[in-house]
Amino acid sequence: MKKLLVAAMAVLLVAGSVIAGKQHVVSVNQIVEHPSLDAMRQGFMDRLKELGLDATYNVHIAQGNQANNIQIANQIKGEAPDLVLAITTPSAQVVAQKIKDHPIVFTGVTDPVSAGLVKDLNNTGGTNITGMSDMSPMDQHAALVKEIVPDAKAVGVIYNAGEPNSVVLVTRLREEAAKLGMTVEEATIANSSGVYQAAKSLVGRCDAIYIPLDNTVVSALESAIKVCRQNRLPLISGDTDSVARGTIAAVAVDYYGMGVQTADIAKRILADGITPGDIPVEFINKVNLHVNKKAAAEMGVSLPESVLKRAEVVID
Amino acid sequence: MTLYAFYGAVEQGFAFGLMVLGLYLTFRILDFPDLTVDGSLPLGAAVSAVAITNGHSPVLAIIMASCAGFLAGMVTGILNTKFRILHLLASILTMISLYSINLRIMGKPNMTLLGKDTVVDSFTAFSGLPQYMSTPILFCIICAVAVAVLIWFMHTEIGMTVLATGNNPQMITSLGVNTHTVIIFGVGLSNALVAASGALVAQNQGAADVNMGVGTIIAGLASVIIGETLFGDRTIARALIAALLGSVIYRIAIALALGLKLGAFSVTPSDLNLITAILVVSALVMPKMKKKVLAGRAK
Repeated sequence: MKKLLVAAMAVLLVAGSVIAGKQHVVSVNQIVEHPSLDAMRQGFMDRLKELGLDATYNVHIAQGNQANNIQIANQIKGEAPDLVLAITTPSAQVVAQKIKDHPIVFTGVTDPVSAGLVKDLNNTGGTNITGMSDMSPMDQHAALVKEIVPDAKAVGVIYNAGEPNSVVLVTRLREEAAKLGMTVEEATIANSSGVYQAAKSLVGRCDAIYIPLDNTVVSALESAIKVCRQNRLPLISGDTDSVARGTIAAVAVDYYGMGVQTADIAKRILADGITPGDIPVEFINKVNLHVNKKAAAEMGVSLPESVLKRAEVVID
Repeated sequence: MTLYAFYGAVEQGFAFGLMVLGLYLTFRILDFPDLTVDGSLPLGAAVSAVAITNGHSPVLAIIMASCAGFLAGMVTGILNTKFRILHLLASILTMISLYSINLRIMGKPNMTLLGKDTVVDSFTAFSGLPQYMSTPILFCIICAVAVAVLIWFMHTEIGMTVLATGNNPQMITSLGVNTHTVIIFGVGLSNALVAASGALVAQNQGAADVNMGVGTIIAGLASVIIGETLFGDRTIARALIAALLGSVIYRIAIALALGLKLGAFSVTPSDLNLITAILVVSALVMPKMKKKVLAGRAK
């Protein structure tokens, strides 16, 4: 009887999956749990569902430990997924090294070329891997600083020199700021407790502070906000979540949206059967402008009408 | 646990095996709790990544990494002996400075080795086995050689003084041996092994990353203790082999935890750190429990 039941259930299951279309297995490798990274993952999942693709997920998070990261890559190899979603640079590098026979889509990687994931952004000579870069549109970031503080000569920046993404962002910021006639004053930190000191060290050396999307600095953002309020130094951030916490403005990526865009790449692989190696690396196609009027007043600037008009979110 | 996950765990166990042997040297033999390792592991990775990127052979890269690790360990040893800084503090100071030094060495926080020739690729090509099988074999061979050399070394005159320095510094001083030199050399040797391990790990994971040292000391101590608990430490040879096997078992335990599902209850990724801690605590508590049980029987 039991056997019969099991057999009946098995038949039902098989029939069910046939009706629902192919059930895709997606293995996720994510270095750490973090609101932006989690939002990306959620955006990916929601969008894939919206596209009518049925998928089950094996989600792996290495808790920030890179030794676990390699073990997870081996685990994923054993799961033989239809697609590997790698969130962040170290997660993508380790699956790229270990997994050659399943498609890999990375996201949240700032510079996929210097990370060694693809040879060039067109992905020529590509293999089983493609994805998208979360490179902030630094031209827009620098322009926003200039727009809010028109007579700024020097822009200060606080970042953790140990975060690969931040180093790339600051290099790009230097290029873009130079185009607008601004110099960049740097203050680097090694951990979040250094943010206060770093912010203070910038007082008097610059006309505005910009905080790139740096995990270490953003986690201790309040110390920078405090210093900027006390010294009436405008603070502009590289992510929109920080605006609600007290920075003046940010024109930035919506992480959920980035997950959505990543899912569109995944769809081309899973449903349309395109080889990842034939898909060029994509960049963020949508940014949002958030502003905080109260923070602007506290830091001694009034937001120009042009900025207020463009803003998607205005905090009073 | 899938076959790949199992092979992967063994591979990780041996890749970190050199680190565990190094840690055994300081922690158990020299009685010197050395936190330098959290910095010297990425140091080894950084040096080997830079060497490979500059066209040196992956094997030479590992040797260069060991030399760098030896120097880092010597710094900790000198801070401790010559400047009388507490061993824990001395090693923390070296560890935090290595963070900046590693960034200097690589010039950036993450240096890729994807597409570059590594020991893993060379051996895979040489053995003709798939990579998931060849890598654990390669790392096992490297560890076996390291253990053999260490066992030989511990039976030489210098090795004996290292052993004696940890056991009874007064006695060894009275024999006219300079314990300072022995400690500096011992901590150096330990970190040379740790850095070599870092080089292997980087070549295996396809990148050197400035943050890859996080948690090294915990994994190392857990491995040493698991090894001692399961395999004993009667002789130096046995203790070294036990530490190495402890490393493999620790990684298998992590792999099991990563894939753990008990009916409706499945371990979520966020539980991983807790599981690691439980694993270490049980390894620490088990020997004491064993002793208690044995003592109880003797009565």
